[in-house]
Amino acid sequence: MTIASWLGGRSRAERLATLAALPLLLILAWTVIYPNVSVIAGSFGHWKEFAESPSDVEALKNSIIIAVASVVASLAIGVPLAFLLTRFDFPGRTLLRAAALLPAALPPLVGVISFLFLYGDTGVITRVTQIVLGLKEVPWHLNGIGAIIFIHAYTMYVYVYLFVSAGLERYESSLDEAAIGLGAGTFRRLTRVTLPLLTPAIAGSALLVFMSALGSFSAPYVFGGGIRVLSTQILNSKLNDAIGLAYVETTVLAISAVAGLMLFRWLEGKRLYVAPGKGGASRQPVRSRSARIGLACAAGLIVLVLVLPHLMIVLVSFAKDGAWTTQMLPPEYTTHNYAGLFTTNQLWTPIRNSIVMSVLATAADLVFCVAGAYLIVTRKFSGRKLLETLVALPWAIPGTAVALGLLATFNTNDLAAGKILLVGTFWILPLAYFVRNIPLVSQAVEGSLRQMDLSLESAARGLGASWWMAVRRVVLPAARPGIVAGALLACVTAVGEFVASIVLYTHGNRPISIEILAQLRSYAFGTASAYSALLIGLVLIMALTARIAESRMK
Amino acid sequence: MDEVLGFAHKESRVSGGSDGLIVDAIARSFNGQRAVDQVSFEVRPGELVALVGASGSGKTTTLRIVAGYEQPDSGRVLFGGQDFTRLGPAKRGFGMVFQHYALFPHMSVIENVAFGLEARGVGRAERRQRAGAALERVGLDGKGERMVQQLSGGEQQRVALARAVLIEPRLLLLDEPLSNLDPTLRASTRDELRATLKATKAPALFVTHDQDDAFAIADRIVLLSLGHVLQIGSSEDLYDRPVSRQVAKFIGHATLVHARRHGDSADVTIDGTTHQVALSSFAGLSDGETGAIVLRPEAVEIVPRGEGRGTDGEWPAVVDSRRFAGAGFVYRLRLDHEIVIEVASRSRIDPGTTVGMRVTRPVPMVP
Repeated sequence: MTIASWLGGRSRAERLATLAALPLLLILAWTVIYPNVSVIAGSFGHWKEFAESPSDVEALKNSIIIAVASVVASLAIGVPLAFLLTRFDFPGRTLLRAAALLPAALPPLVGVISFLFLYGDTGVITRVTQIVLGLKEVPWHLNGIGAIIFIHAYTMYVYVYLFVSAGLERYESSLDEAAIGLGAGTFRRLTRVTLPLLTPAIAGSALLVFMSALGSFSAPYVFGGGIRVLSTQILNSKLNDAIGLAYVETTVLAISAVAGLMLFRWLEGKRLYVAPGKGGASRQPVRSRSARIGLACAAGLIVLVLVLPHLMIVLVSFAKDGAWTTQMLPPEYTTHNYAGLFTTNQLWTPIRNSIVMSVLATAADLVFCVAGAYLIVTRKFSGRKLLETLVALPWAIPGTAVALGLLATFNTNDLAAGKILLVGTFWILPLAYFVRNIPLVSQAVEGSLRQMDLSLESAARGLGASWWMAVRRVVLPAARPGIVAGALLACVTAVGEFVASIVLYTHGNRPISIEILAQLRSYAFGTASAYSALLIGLVLIMALTARIAESRMK
Repeated sequence: MDEVLGFAHKESRVSGGSDGLIVDAIARSFNGQRAVDQVSFEVRPGELVALVGASGSGKTTTLRIVAGYEQPDSGRVLFGGQDFTRLGPAKRGFGMVFQHYALFPHMSVIENVAFGLEARGVGRAERRQRAGAALERVGLDGKGERMVQQLSGGEQQRVALARAVLIEPRLLLLDEPLSNLDPTLRASTRDELRATLKATKAPALFVTHDQDDAFAIADRIVLLSLGHVLQIGSSEDLYDRPVSRQVAKFIGHATLVHARRHGDSADVTIDGTTHQVALSSFAGLSDGETGAIVLRPEAVEIVPRGEGRGTDGEWPAVVDSRRFAGAGFVYRLRLDHEIVIEVASRSRIDPGTTVGMRVTRPVPMVP
């Protein structure tokens, strides 16, 4: 009896596919399931501690409040903006449309820093407002829950905007026309027809915001003030050597995330329909002169707000370290910050680390996810559903929780228990990046493969091609857009990664984000910003590359 | 002559005073392309009018202008003597059935049908009762609680119709109401649709690219091509009395043969021999003018060569090809090097055979 026949399945092809999926499943079991199980196992005996700790209970409450409020704020910005930009034509539309995506180009920590420079107690906007209004005190303090929600709204509305815009582009315009013709006014049309039909887009993006906000680490960490949230509590407990409590906190955070995920899926399931449509709605030009002027001004203002964080980072990156204290803008400028990054060994190491680690992780993601997506999309076999679920699972687990899981698993050499020592070595961060980006790359590659006519591979085989030739000449070219997009996205995410890094880094493999934080702590704003600008530059270059690659392939 | 043929002249302003719909010289361009150019016609009370044309003829744009979803660049839309041109779609009180029905996929069948009443503030109990009755009238009783995706194409079409009718529209507009149905369903639905439309008593304007749909349902037909009205009239008008070559070619199968009008008949010269053909109409051609006669398969017959050789009205022809068509055969007859005519016949004749062809009834002539 061969292994293949023992695996069951109706045909040889099915058994072969199961056999091929086995290594993938094993890797996922080892790097995704086992760490989470270890965390849960490690949490036993510490739950009482958690329940009796007022700061932990508060952290849970705050995390959920922040997640829900971030969803509400992102919807409040993203939905109207999507409607405005897809349904109406007005001066400044093109500019606003381009700027609307800018927050996505800010790596998590960088966004937080730019907000500090702009809206912090000594921030530029804060001071300008103070002077203009003639106030004695600063008009606001950028800390607490409000500040966290503020920056979440800025960075996360993009999900809502993108999803709802895509929904509106596909939206069958005759449905709105039918509602109008039957006598429905604007309000009834929106609430009874248009918005209900956009529920899949709205719910999908709301879920994304909820998950990101719940696991968000940078904003609460940098300007949470006295506010505790679960993700920061985990790091605190770990640093205080209360690892058992950290495991409980991690489990609670992961459970909250999965509960949120299930809640959204349930809500979505209740409205299970696909809005048909080929789009077709043309943008209405805004005719009224005053409305055009008003919209143009509003568009200009929004563009300014969207661009300011990027501009501020670039500006401060040229500021002389230590010179900017009480002035409104940095008083002295230099290019030394950038030069330093590439000439000082101490400053260059994090850049080299980030690039090497993200390339390694992305390469592993590509090999793993292309194989996984190929099996999931083109083959039927027992275990397919399991593979599909496991590949998506890291997405539902907040970064801090992923990091704690790896910490619990790869902290000792115990081959019998399936554990090897990676913590404290260079390899733990590439592993973390690899795990975190599995869902991203898989989804991109699967998406491309699903557009391929599945009979193409059979056709190639029928013409006498070997399996490898069929894959190389037919399947991989079909998957190429997804491979390129997935690889670039994974690279960008890994290069700027902060949340898992701060839990797992060592001095030797410290990535850019950790160095940015260190520079900030020593008030080297210029150097911190130069790193940040470098990250933004990398993101923009990769986004541009992806777009060019995409258009070339069409 | 124009009047006799029901042909509204492009420039003419239709006189007001009608209770129905008057479309008066409307025009609409998209990106510099004329989609609708000086289109005028009317729909009288209780009348079913079809807008017929190939794709790109401007029929859907015309319908959307009547509905109020598009604004004409020039021209007017009048209803009951009032100018509706700048009125929003909701204020017109017209009911519309969209090409893909535009049923709300997140609502049940009955919610869809009742939506117009909901928008008018009718209470839940009353609107459900009225919507239920409307569903019964289109033969969908008991299916009110289904989701629209669970219905077949034909059922969806009836839901869309019930929804449009329930608001008691002053005018019903239908965009390709039958185009999503498979051929067998389509034929039976035609009669049903005509019966339902006649029962509502509201006038109706519907768009179709299929002349058979138009013949079966419409009282009158407005034939459009490239944004222009080619001819307006009953099915018989368009078929038997076309006003132009375009109309003759669009409606039914026809072969056009060059001819000269000569009183109530036309002279056709083939291979040096002149034949006389009786005319049923001549679209304003004056005596002695040249044009073309419209030969349709049912107006000609094949006679075996030799039977009436040389008699007047028999044209020599060679059988080019034969096609089996169930009830008989369809032959392509070659009269000379360029004229080929399709003729139906029950008898079996081999290609290459020389036969005679006879025109059996008066035929139309067009300029």
